[in-house]
Amino acid sequence: MIKLEDYIPIVGQSVIDDLRLIAARLKDKKIQNINSTSVGGGVAEILTRMTPLLQELGVDARWDLIKGGEQFFGVTKKFHNALHGHPAELSKKDFEVFLETGQRNIDELETAADIVFVHDPQPITLVKKKNNNRWIWRCHIDVSAPDEKVWNFLMDYIVRYDAAVFSAPSFSRRLPIRQFLISPSIDPLSDKNKELPEAVINKVLEKYQIPQDKPILTQISRFDRLKDPLGVIEAYQEVKKHIDCRLILAGGGASDDPEGAMIFAQVMEKAKGDKDMHILLLPQNDIEINALQRASTVIIQKSIREGFGLTVAEALWKAKPVVASNVGGIPLQVTHKYSGLLCHSIDGAAFAIKQLLNSPAYALRLGENGKEHIRNNFLITRHLRNYLLLFLSLYHQEDVVYL
Amino acid sequence: MNKAKEPFKFYTRLHLTELTGLRATTLNQLVSLIKQVPGSSIYHHTHRFLQQHQFLSPEPPNDFAYWVSEVLGEKELGERLASIDITHFKRIHDLRLRIISVLEEYLGQERFAQLKFSREGEEFHFLKSVSFVIPTDYLVDNLADFAEVLKKITFDSIYFHIFEARLRLEKETNDFSNWIEHSLGDKVLADELGALDPYTRTLEDLRVAMINVIEKRMFNR
Repeated sequence: MIKLEDYIPIVGQSVIDDLRLIAARLKDKKIQNINSTSVGGGVAEILTRMTPLLQELGVDARWDLIKGGEQFFGVTKKFHNALHGHPAELSKKDFEVFLETGQRNIDELETAADIVFVHDPQPITLVKKKNNNRWIWRCHIDVSAPDEKVWNFLMDYIVRYDAAVFSAPSFSRRLPIRQFLISPSIDPLSDKNKELPEAVINKVLEKYQIPQDKPILTQISRFDRLKDPLGVIEAYQEVKKHIDCRLILAGGGASDDPEGAMIFAQVMEKAKGDKDMHILLLPQNDIEINALQRASTVIIQKSIREGFGLTVAEALWKAKPVVASNVGGIPLQVTHKYSGLLCHSIDGAAFAIKQLLNSPAYALRLGENGKEHIRNNFLITRHLRNYLLLFLSLYHQEDVVYL
Repeated sequence: MNKAKEPFKFYTRLHLTELTGLRATTLNQLVSLIKQVPGSSIYHHTHRFLQQHQFLSPEPPNDFAYWVSEVLGEKELGERLASIDITHFKRIHDLRLRIISVLEEYLGQERFAQLKFSREGEEFHFLKSVSFVIPTDYLVDNLADFAEVLKKITFDSIYFHIFEARLRLEKETNDFSNWIEHSLGDKVLADELGALDPYTRTLEDLRVAMINVIEKRMFNR
């Protein structure tokens, strides 16, 4: 079990001391997190790590799940896609299923904590139970261009909360309630981000038969059109005309996604005949992803759209120079020419990669700046501090709060 | 060693970012919204970089300058906004008026500038800062102890006493200079600290510069 003090060598004693100072102000408050699943997905991952740390700080935090059947989760999946801006066929029956399951949870789930912290749309209707306690709705989804029908349906519930939380400024809209910006985070002690011995890195490269004889460009992403793996290959091919290098495209998620399988096939076709291209369809293996990132010379994230893009934070935390698209939460992580290079096109990506490969000192400086930026802004300790301040803000309306 | 009339209590400040839901895609919208948003939003956009990008200072110093330069491509306007000397302003209200006048003057001169708009996803989003001020355990009553504590307090604490106290809480000068002048009676040192431009240094460089000034003063007395 990871303890708060394990983070001291990484973020410093004062950061942990600050957490204790704020948490002391929440000692008499009960916090209840509610979402729809205990495993899989970013929300469960964050709550799994965050809840024990809150408890260690002396905050009475718990985590409850709503119940729902296959039909309900079928509908919430459609909601999810619609909120991401994909057209979704939602029938009257779908909304009825959502409301019926919501009502069952309202009847069965106790929500008497001082602060009820509801994550994502699945449990959103629970707010009908709101009493004299405080309720927060945490939206983890990119709702910058949502399907209006679904958004308007949810708005009837969102406005009943005391506050809403979004991950990026572009996800916010004008709301009659307070809304806060809290970005997601990475855990520097997780398998995906912890330091790795050279031997482990070498073993992973050997396993996938990737020689370390020339610079390695890497994009870690599932094989999805929105991650533009074909564009990454074109950028690599452009770079390779001038600088000999390798490309790793590694990720998972094609098996249960017909479009993903098609994209993967297109990638394989485009990579055919080039022994310096390594296309890896990986099962979930955080240590291997970590090793591939650490072995890379430049890390690419050439997404067309991106929720937040925490793979960028993972790369920067390893002090790697990054070339990434200027979309979603990426510009919060990369300040162009200071902590990485932002691009808008395949040619732009290729040009940026060439700059980094030809100017190792510049690349090193960007990577080091990037690592410090992540240390200050995107580690789990900052996330924890934001949540504690968020809970306190429910009891203070002013802009400067003296505690 | 002179004992202070009143001890100095160190505070720290943590912040949470609140979203306003307001966004600008053109310079005209930017000006219009700068006129409307709360002072805590102007404060946020002129100080966020100092805290989030400690390693980047001395540039780029504020969000408005960064956006007009990097997103709209108006480099000259970006430079004019970046070079507004925030140390000259004692109130957010006055800083806001200065930013508006720089923007309006430029729009008056460069008529094509108002035709520029940001790409989708690159709009200027107005945010604001909510500050939580918390006392620390450090309490000092002489200059030597003050310098020792200054060496170990967090960036957040330095930030609070230098930036937040002066401009956001409208105390005219920073807390350190104020205490040194009024409780220790050393106006020369207070003025020397007050003259250090905190906006063109990283917080760590500022800490080192302040300690140097204080130690030199102690040595020369």
